[in-house]
Amino acid sequence: MIRIGAFLVGLFFSGWLLVSFGVGAAAYISEPPQPTAEHEFHLHPKKLALSSDGPMGKFDRQQLQRGFQVYKEVCSACHSMRLVAFRNLSELGYTEDEVKAIAANWPAQTPSIDPATGEATTRKPLPSDYIPSPHANETAARAANNNALPPDLSLITKARHGGAAYVYSLLTGYQDPPAELAKKFPDSMPGPGLNYNPYFANLNIAMANPLGSDGIVTYSDGTNATREQMAKDVAAFLVWTAEPTLEKRHQTGWAVLIFLIIATGLGYMAYRNVWAGVKH
Amino acid sequence: MSFSWAKHYEPKSDLTKWLDERLPLPRLVYGAIGGGYPVPRNLNYFWNFGVLAGIALVIQIVTGIIMAMHYAPNALVAFDSTEHIMRDVNWGWMLRYAHANGASFFFIVVYIHIFRGLYFSSYKAPREMIWLLGLVIFLLMMATAFMGYVLPWGQMSFWGAKVITGLFGAIPLVGEPIQQWLLGGYAPDNAALNRFFSLHYLLPFVIAGVVILHIWALHIPGSSNPTGVEVKSESDTVPFHPYYTAKDGFGLGVFLILFCAVLFFAPNMLGHPDNYIPANPLSTPAHIVPEWYFWPFYAILRAFTFDFFIVPAKLLGVLAMFASILLLFFLPWLDRSPVRSGNYRPLFRTFFIVLVIDVLILGYLGGAPAEEPYVMLSQLASAYYFAHFLIILPIISKIEKPKPLPFSITEAVLGKDSHGTAGGPALQPAE
Repeated sequence: MIRIGAFLVGLFFSGWLLVSFGVGAAAYISEPPQPTAEHEFHLHPKKLALSSDGPMGKFDRQQLQRGFQVYKEVCSACHSMRLVAFRNLSELGYTEDEVKAIAANWPAQTPSIDPATGEATTRKPLPSDYIPSPHANETAARAANNNALPPDLSLITKARHGGAAYVYSLLTGYQDPPAELAKKFPDSMPGPGLNYNPYFANLNIAMANPLGSDGIVTYSDGTNATREQMAKDVAAFLVWTAEPTLEKRHQTGWAVLIFLIIATGLGYMAYRNVWAGVKH
Repeated sequence: MSFSWAKHYEPKSDLTKWLDERLPLPRLVYGAIGGGYPVPRNLNYFWNFGVLAGIALVIQIVTGIIMAMHYAPNALVAFDSTEHIMRDVNWGWMLRYAHANGASFFFIVVYIHIFRGLYFSSYKAPREMIWLLGLVIFLLMMATAFMGYVLPWGQMSFWGAKVITGLFGAIPLVGEPIQQWLLGGYAPDNAALNRFFSLHYLLPFVIAGVVILHIWALHIPGSSNPTGVEVKSESDTVPFHPYYTAKDGFGLGVFLILFCAVLFFAPNMLGHPDNYIPANPLSTPAHIVPEWYFWPFYAILRAFTFDFFIVPAKLLGVLAMFASILLLFFLPWLDRSPVRSGNYRPLFRTFFIVLVIDVLILGYLGGAPAEEPYVMLSQLASAYYFAHFLIILPIISKIEKPKPLPFSITEAVLGKDSHGTAGGPALQPAE
C-alpha cells in the first residue's frame, strides 16, 4: 500500500515537474530571455588589497585616520555613522584630547533637551556621543538629496557583496555612460539627478561623484590625496567601522587554532594508542 | 537492551555505592556512553557525526543563552542590540559569530549524518524509530534555525519571515487567516519577533529531549555498522569507552578546527550581506534567499511554475517542499532490500551517488536568482529527487542482486571468524 501510494505521489510530482520543464524549455528556446542592461554593463568590484585582509590582517592606523578624514570632510555631509561613537576613534590612534576636539568641532550637532525649558534643542557632541546624523530624520535626508536616502555607513562594507572592494570600486567607478548603452538600452541611461556607475546594481546611482577631483582633502601625513588614494583610505576606514573587533578576532583565532591543532594531534595519538592491537 | 556480554557498572567507592542505590545516574552514563555499551568494532569516520551533532547543539545552546542576556526582541531595537553584542559586549562578537556559524556547522554535520543513514540504510528494521526520531529532530532544527535568523531583524530576517510564513498563505481558504495568526499581524512585526524569540529559546530544549529519545532508541538494537551485518558475538564489538570516546575525541578536534577557522577568519562567508541592513518593510531586496541550509528545499519550492488544473503552482510548491522531507518518514517501508549497507548494493550505490549530486545541484539552484535557466534546472533536479525516493528506490530494492555479505563483522575485519564463515546461512541478514 505504502509503495503504491508513494509511486503515485512520486509520479505526480516528478511528472508535473517534467511537464513544467518541457513547457519552460520550449519557451526558453522559442523566446530566449533578452539580456538586461544590468547583465551586460554591470561590473564586479575591482580588486582591492587592504592590510586588514586575510587571517593575519591588521589595520593600518595611519590609513584609518586618513579614511576618517575623508569621511569627516566629504561623506559625513550626507551619510550618517550611527553605530560609531567619538570615543571609539581612540582606537584609530587619536589621543583623548584629539577625540574631544573632533567631537566638539563636528559639523552636525547632537539632539538634546534644553535643561531650562525642556524643549528639544541640539548641543555640541561629546566623546561619549555617537556620531550625529547630518539629517534630523529620514524625511529631512530625502528632502536634501533629491528624494534619495543616503545609507548609514557604519556597516556598509559588511552589507554589500564585495565589501570594501565594492565601496572602492563605486567611488572610483563614475564615468560617462557608454555609447552602446544609449544605443541598446536607452531606458537604462541615467535620468535627471542620476549618475552612471557600472559598479552600482542598477547602473544609475543618485549619489553624485563625491571624490570628483584629486586633493579635495589635505592629508596631514603628507600622503598625496589622489582620488584612488582617498577611495582606498575611506574603504579601509569603513572596514573598521563595520567590524572594530577584527584584529582581536584574528589574534584570538590563531591562539585558538594553534591550541586546537596541538590538542587534536594529541587526540589522534590517544586514539591510535587505544586502538593499537584492535583491528577495525 | 544491549548484548549479554556488555560489562556492568560496579561502583567502587562508598560514595558511588551510596549514589548507585539512590540515583543510579553513573550507571546510566556507563551503559549509554561508557564501557557498558558494546559497539561494532568496524565503524568508520562517518559514525562520528552523531556525537558531533550533539556537541553542535550544546554549542548553540550555550552561546545562545549568553546572547539572550544582551539581546532585546523588540522590532525597534533588535538590530541595534545585535550590533551592541558585536561591538560592546565582552567577547560578544565571538558569541554571535559562533552562534551564527554554529548553526551552519550543525546543519553540515546533520546532513552528513542523514546521508550516512541513507547510504548504510540505518533506517531499516530494527532501527526505524531512531530514523523517525532523527527526522523529528531535523524538522525542529529547521524551525529553530528559521526563527533564529529572524532575530537580528535585518533585511533578510524580515523578508525571509515574510516569504516563509507566506507559504501558509498558499493553503486554500484558511491560508491567510493562518498566516496572520502565525505572525500576529499582516506582516512580520513586533508580535512576530517576540514569539519567534520565545520559540527560538524553547525549541532547542525540545530538540535536546528528542535527542535523548533518539539515543535511547539507538541503545535498544545498538549501533549499525558499515557492513550492515548485525552484531553476532563479543568479538564483533568493542566497549564504547575508551574505544569510541577516543575516536570521537579526535573527530571533535578536527570539527572544531574547521569550525574555528570559519568563525575567526571568514565569519560572514555563509551569511548574506543584506542582513547587515536593518529591516525595512518598504524596501524589498533584489533576491530573497534563506540561509544556505534551506536552499535545496527552496529550489523545490520554486520549481513549480504551472498550475495543475485548479491547484495553484504556489500551493504545489509548498506541498512538494513539505513532501520532500515528509517522504523520508516512509523510507523504512519504501526500501525493501534485506541488505543494509550500500557497499553490497551496486545498483543502489550508483543511484545514491546520483542523489547526492542531485541534492548539491538543488542547493546551488536554491541560492540562485529565480530566473532561467535556474528554474528549468531545478525542475529537472526536483523531479529526480522525488523519483529517487518514491519510484527508483522501491524498484531497485526489488530487482537488485546484492553482493555476498560477510558472515560477521569479525570476518569482515579479520578475514575469518571462529563462529562461522561466509556463504553459510549468514547470507540472510539479521532482521
